[in-house]
Amino acid sequence: MGAFILRRLLQAIVVMVSVGFIAFLLFQYVGDPVLILLGQDATPDQIRQLRADLGLDQPFFVQFWHFLLNAVQGEFGLSLRQGAKVSRLLGERFPATFELALVAAALALLIGIPMGVYAALRRGSFLSQVFMTVSLLGVSLPTFLIGILLILIFSVWLGWLPSFGRGETVRIGWWSSGLFTLDGWLHMILPALTLAIFQLTLIMRLVRAEMLEVLRTDYIKFARARGLTDRAIHFGHALKNTLVPVMTITGLQLGGLIAFAIITETVFQWPGMGLLFIQAVTFADVPVMAAYLCLIALIFVVINLVVDLLYVVVDPRLRVAKAAGH
Amino acid sequence: MSNALARWWDSDVAYSFRSSPTAIVAALVGLVCVFCAVFAPWVAPHNPLDLTTLELSDARLPPFWMEGGSSKYWLGTDDQGRDILSALMYGARISLVVGLASVLLSVLVGVGLGLIAGFRGGWVDGFLMRVCDVMLSFPAILIALLVAGVARAKFPDAGTSVAFGVLIIAIALTGWVQYARTVRGSTMVERGKEYVQAARVTGVAPWRIMLKHVLPNVMGPVMVLATIQVATAIITEATLSFLGVGVPPTSPSLGTLIRVGNDYLFSGEWWITIFPGVMLVLIALSVNLLGDWLRDALNPRLR
Repeated sequence: MGAFILRRLLQAIVVMVSVGFIAFLLFQYVGDPVLILLGQDATPDQIRQLRADLGLDQPFFVQFWHFLLNAVQGEFGLSLRQGAKVSRLLGERFPATFELALVAAALALLIGIPMGVYAALRRGSFLSQVFMTVSLLGVSLPTFLIGILLILIFSVWLGWLPSFGRGETVRIGWWSSGLFTLDGWLHMILPALTLAIFQLTLIMRLVRAEMLEVLRTDYIKFARARGLTDRAIHFGHALKNTLVPVMTITGLQLGGLIAFAIITETVFQWPGMGLLFIQAVTFADVPVMAAYLCLIALIFVVINLVVDLLYVVVDPRLRVAKAAGH
Repeated sequence: MSNALARWWDSDVAYSFRSSPTAIVAALVGLVCVFCAVFAPWVAPHNPLDLTTLELSDARLPPFWMEGGSSKYWLGTDDQGRDILSALMYGARISLVVGLASVLLSVLVGVGLGLIAGFRGGWVDGFLMRVCDVMLSFPAILIALLVAGVARAKFPDAGTSVAFGVLIIAIALTGWVQYARTVRGSTMVERGKEYVQAARVTGVAPWRIMLKHVLPNVMGPVMVLATIQVATAIITEATLSFLGVGVPPTSPSLGTLIRVGNDYLFSGEWWITIFPGVMLVLIALSVNLLGDWLRDALNPRLR
């Protein structure tokens, strides 16, 4: 168990250092910071002076080491386009993206699991077929198109819901939250739904497949033979056993949600990190791009790590296998 | 020739195609889309790229069945009086070219690296698989965006051909991992088989064994994967173009058309953005369904 955790931790560190290296290469080879800071008509002396001040005359690996030290402290310099500190820009945008991803994940679970259970229990019924067809569409429709369709129907034609921005937010310390106002929730519905649909169809199909698998096992047959009610069998025995893989996939997808938020945030002009990143890409704002890359990598690595550990905790078979292996 | 055709008609794959209505419909829809795209200059009623034929008085006309629509423009016109139907035929053309080229590139890279990793094993294999792990732990769209962003910073005023090249490379970079892993797995199985050993014993050069003996035997799953990846690549291209980092605006793809039309959603001109979207979904859905069918047809265990 200890060796397992240690190995995963080491892997995570290797991934983070290699992502850091890529970010460092971005800084090194894309756009010369000295020329950007001094402008075209700087004297050679000025350039040499600034290079020394910035530590750019030092060997490659020394520079990389300094970069890593700064990155660990969340220090990525100034945004080329906005002139503000990158860490502050990202910090301002983080709550919006985080809340959006959280609500989307909750939506996907709350709708996806019941749909999957229904499709498995009433296999072949009309509604199940509808669910399956809709889920195929959900996988084939690109995220931005789903967003546009939702805006067209609910904002333009029906006029029920707002289609851009976060609405009214409440500040709690440095965290600005849209979850405490009605206006914030109204603004949340369409983007969260857009972001959730892909995960929702995935969870639904997964729950259905797992449920069908479990319903065929002997202990379900035995439970039926004991005369337990359908309700107890389906929800007490079957559903409980399908949820382990569902939890794993959902956990892993949470990172995907934050990344896919780039598209959703662009469609709905949601002021999150994704929108910041897209603007950075269009304006070639290297520090923001590098910082976002490192942050996303960190989120992914942490989630992967937690899911791996949870898996061992939740699934007793893995623990037994590990113990038997030693 | 007719003999070969008859043999194909009797084959398992052809039979499974004939007995699958989904596959037939998907193939028909896909063929119509591809036909319109390939022959756009001859099929399309107008030339959307020729600015001299545009008339501003025809701008923002709705489709012909709505009030104010004209039979001259079946699916309506955009803000510059461009015929939507023609624009989406030309747009599908660019989407298809970028999609196919990037899949071809990622197949070449992925299959090549997978063959080497599976055949050589050792540290080459170990290194390559770690790279794959890192690549797979990031969403494809993020990698593509990053490549596009770096290229933008590096070549701020690049021409059209450079922009296309960057886009194709960016999408191909997100796809090669899957081929590399698949091919590596099946190459490791094939490597131990007798025909490979026989070839080795008779002194055939390793690269020749890889290309002439192993490669044909590992291509089956690659074909299925490549079919489905064409749909993914087209959607990725559309997404990048929608986000504004895709093809240059002078040669609009379906994604660019959707992006442009998105600005007119609130003034009621939904057709500018919805029709390119429908075209995109039709292409992606038909390719996906064909890929699913091909996977089932080539895998005898599922029958």
